[in-house]
Amino acid sequence: VSWLLVAPIAVPFATAIATFALRGAPRLERAASIAGAAALFAASIALLAQVMAGGILAAQMGDWPAPFGITLVADRLSAAMVAITGITGLAVAVYALAELDREREARGFHPLYHCLLAGVCGAFLTGDLFNLYVWFEVMLISSFGLLVLGGTRAEIEGGVKYVTLNILATLAFLTAVGLLYGLTGTLNMADLHLKVPQVEDQALVTTVAVLFMIAFGMKAAVFPLFFWLPASYHTPAVTVSAIFSALLTKVGVYALIRVFTLIFTGDVAFTHELLLVIAGLTMVTGVLGAACQSEIRRILSFHIVSQIGYMVMGLALFTPLALVGAVFYLIHHIIVKANLFLVGGLVKRLRGATELKSVGDLWRSHPGVALLFLVPALSLAGFPPLSGFWAKLVLVRAGIEQEAWTIVAVALVVGLFTVFSMTKIWTEAFWKPQPEGARPEGGGTALMVLPIVALAALTLLIGLAPQPFFEYAERSARELLDPAPYVRTVLEASR
Amino acid sequence: VDALLPLMIGVLVACGVYLMLGRHLLGYVFGLVLISNAANLVIFSAGRLTKYAPAFVPEGALAPAGAVANALPQALILTAIVIGFGLLAFTLVLVLRAYGVLGTLEVDAIRPDEDDAGPREESR
Repeated sequence: VSWLLVAPIAVPFATAIATFALRGAPRLERAASIAGAAALFAASIALLAQVMAGGILAAQMGDWPAPFGITLVADRLSAAMVAITGITGLAVAVYALAELDREREARGFHPLYHCLLAGVCGAFLTGDLFNLYVWFEVMLISSFGLLVLGGTRAEIEGGVKYVTLNILATLAFLTAVGLLYGLTGTLNMADLHLKVPQVEDQALVTTVAVLFMIAFGMKAAVFPLFFWLPASYHTPAVTVSAIFSALLTKVGVYALIRVFTLIFTGDVAFTHELLLVIAGLTMVTGVLGAACQSEIRRILSFHIVSQIGYMVMGLALFTPLALVGAVFYLIHHIIVKANLFLVGGLVKRLRGATELKSVGDLWRSHPGVALLFLVPALSLAGFPPLSGFWAKLVLVRAGIEQEAWTIVAVALVVGLFTVFSMTKIWTEAFWKPQPEGARPEGGGTALMVLPIVALAALTLLIGLAPQPFFEYAERSARELLDPAPYVRTVLEASR
Repeated sequence: VDALLPLMIGVLVACGVYLMLGRHLLGYVFGLVLISNAANLVIFSAGRLTKYAPAFVPEGALAPAGAVANALPQALILTAIVIGFGLLAFTLVLVLRAYGVLGTLEVDAIRPDEDDAGPREESR
């Protein structure tokens, strides 16, 4: 059983090594990359199936019993996140074959990409805070490499901002880990759940909690710590933007959810209230930032920020229904956001630009592409019957039940502004006549369209048949709010 | 002695922040170095400062004889130092590259001149 937990980490690492070894033979390297991504997909689905059937899984690495050894653990939230990583990982890997230029590929895109996936899966599966730090680093250093792969001026410029600010977040995380260890003497998350309430000075715990909030909040790009994201996400290759936008900030959100449901629940009135304020401001600043941009990927980057606000809102309200919304939103958002970036790359391929003023008329020349854009775009804005509608509905409902009128109003208005941004892309890129000077990049688009269609189909599936997803999120929320089974499983897992 | 380490951490962080608030990117990176060392020291002091022997288990025994120092924070710091070293090495190379590409490391000068989102023209 424990192999199911190890596989989502081991497979991408093995793939990274294989692709690195095959870097002299591009065809083989690509084949290895796709095979590895497919294997990760299979492994993640196997893990998901096992967790759905048998409940929480835990394994102790090297047979060191918890809380001393490194624990890998998958509850429903982790399993879903790993599965969604497998899905987007495979989709983007296929897309990369068509989108990426030879130079970036030769400089080591594939090994870095799979290291990134390993880091992301590791972060989702670990049951230990220091280990989480290590996985963050794996993720971070691979993302650094991916971000500056092309070596262009824009990439270096965005890279400097991304790297320096993210290292700062990492240091905040490390300091918080050290302080928490000093307070409790343990770093195993399940053990922390038991030890943190025993700390005499709960004010210190809250202080450390806020330090964690800053560290993870920076990763998740919440207000006012999101500036690195719109400064860098539009600079690298579209493939890289897509995988970043799908997974990196969501690891931050996952970490926030994990830590603020499992460990820091002693002072909900303060910490979660603070999160609620952050959530509202994140939504508003993100969507307003998007409104004044005129480049597709920049608009989408700001929308990542605003959407993160919705997920944090779900966590902050801290009711069963709100957490259902947060989990549902996470799953829906990763798919939709990756897909929007992929469509953006398709536009770039067809028109040679992503600035709205120099693209147009795609509706007439490529109606299929237009439809493929509409699915994730409308889902992002929350149109029924797409996945985003259900996600927003649950969250707003949860807010109304809590009588948190301000955040509900903010969530609804921000939804409206999201429609505005999406219609802006629509009218500019798809409806208006093509301006002079289009330079299509040329090259096959079949491999680019395939993953977009697959992800759009998934969005439709979640939208049209939300019931199983909703039930899954509901169980996941129940696990999050009552961590006793999680704690028991971790501390009793024999191997 | 107990007060010395926290004081040193404080001074390191203060110096780091001061450097980071400067206008030069290299100063920012040096500030990161100082703060990362401060973070390591935080972990170290969080494991309690003791004057015990290193945590060696004698041959044939299952537990160390007598009181030993807490080995866990040392292991954590070792990991953190290695990771931090890698990150900072990468950052320095990146900054060097940025100097080559952008021609300056003044923070004020490193800003996207593509706010109008147009493709960057050579004539700018």
